[in-house]
Amino acid sequence: MTLAQQLINLFAALLLLISFAMLSQRRVLTLINLFAWQGLILAISAAVVAWTSHQHHLYYSAGLTLLLKVLVLPWLLHRLIRKLQIKWDVETLFNIPTTMLIGIVMVVFAFNLALPISALSATVTKSTLGIALACVLLSFMMMITRRKAVPQVIGFLAMENGLFFAATSATYGMPMVVELGIALDVLVGTFIFGIFFFHIRETFDSLDIKHMEKLKED
Amino acid sequence: MNTTTLFFQLFQNMLVLLAAPLLLGWVNNCRAWMQGRSAAGIFQPYRSLAKLFHKDAVLAHNASPLFRHTPYLLFVSMWLAAAMVPVLAIDLPLSAAVDVIALVGIFALARVFIALAAMDIGTSFGTLGARREMLISFLAEPALLMVFFTASMIAHSTSLTTIVETLAHKQFVIHPSLAFAGIAFLMVLLAENARIPVDNPSTHLELTMIHEAMILEYSARHLALIEWASAIKLFAYITIGIALFLPFGIAEAGNWGALPFALVILALKLAAAGFGLALLESVSAKLRIFRAPEYLGTAFLLAVLGILTLNLLKV
Repeated sequence: MTLAQQLINLFAALLLLISFAMLSQRRVLTLINLFAWQGLILAISAAVVAWTSHQHHLYYSAGLTLLLKVLVLPWLLHRLIRKLQIKWDVETLFNIPTTMLIGIVMVVFAFNLALPISALSATVTKSTLGIALACVLLSFMMMITRRKAVPQVIGFLAMENGLFFAATSATYGMPMVVELGIALDVLVGTFIFGIFFFHIRETFDSLDIKHMEKLKED
Repeated sequence: MNTTTLFFQLFQNMLVLLAAPLLLGWVNNCRAWMQGRSAAGIFQPYRSLAKLFHKDAVLAHNASPLFRHTPYLLFVSMWLAAAMVPVLAIDLPLSAAVDVIALVGIFALARVFIALAAMDIGTSFGTLGARREMLISFLAEPALLMVFFTASMIAHSTSLTTIVETLAHKQFVIHPSLAFAGIAFLMVLLAENARIPVDNPSTHLELTMIHEAMILEYSARHLALIEWASAIKLFAYITIGIALFLPFGIAEAGNWGALPFALVILALKLAAAGFGLALLESVSAKLRIFRAPEYLGTAFLLAVLGILTLNLLKV
């Protein structure tokens, strides 16, 4: 195994670690910081993949990730929660140990799912596909198990991180046009979510989305 | 087994015995500095032990022989555990006798006896402490085993000697799974040694104490032995951590020339570990007791993740 491959494996493991940390985190502020760290590791690993496989377009996506997911989005989210004045503890639907145990089961599932796929792949990063898949599933679960709107959005963004990592590890990234499109989507999505937060709070006096399950006001 | 390795073993036994209170003193000193208190000096644990050994022991009327014998058993098992961890040299005679699973077993044996002794007198504090200790340890033990299994799977052996040999002497390889195992091990170390996120070693506040509650009834030489055993336990855990995660600079048994270098490296690593421990204790707050299962569940989970990533990334 070359050094670059080992480094990529290490970054993949760190991504998984951060996904679990996000899953177990109770505070919104820490959640955003963890999201920024995840973006940073993603950017570095994309740069390492680019360097080792001589795929120059991956440098651009690494830079884009760095700019968007480490600087702009966390800054936007920080500004949002400052304006909304929400620093409360995140309410989860299950208790944290149960969530973590389900998370382990999902990691096993993802690893088994990825084994035959990565056997087909010929890239240097093929063994990290399972981890990428696990990150996607874990972020997905974070969206499901959180009750408030802001952590759900962070879960959504983390899922996009996982997808990006999956694309890097399976096929050395997506075409540049697709990547730019996704980046723009995520950015605009966050803006829209931000506006949504204010509307949800104005209507219901809370960001708890269980109020939105009712169709009529009573 | 020849005479030289035997001498090495004896040397390590004495080193473990005598250096353990020093490490404890160093940790306490670092903590005092960080919290802006004046420190008692790193030799304070020796003075406390000497003081306790000179006192007359007081036993409760209804104390059974179990209560009286437990300190000795505790002391010997901790000494044995610390003596067989390859810290200074590999291929020690004792290391061949026990593997990592037996090591966990020795810790468990000591724990069973201290819990029984705590309940022996029948005071409510002792029982409370024993129950809490069992709550913590039954969750910490599987996590510790999983950490050991991660290292064992890398080395293809459960013998500590082989693990250290594999990790220290092969060419440089990054093991991401060891990062998971390392964090899990750190969490278990803090929980098992009654350190801050789970227990506070310097309090006698009845609501929070765990380890101290169990040994409230002990005095004089019994208490001294238990305190010494706790120091050796901390030493053993830190050296296990060094053996698993930072094993460079270790000498071969019987190689006297490499010994001074190994000793200096070990002292540096221990000092750094003690400083790190004090730092960790100063910046973190104690958890509520009912958060402890969550904390240890996380440790277990990280260790399992270590094994899983090891399997996945093994190409």
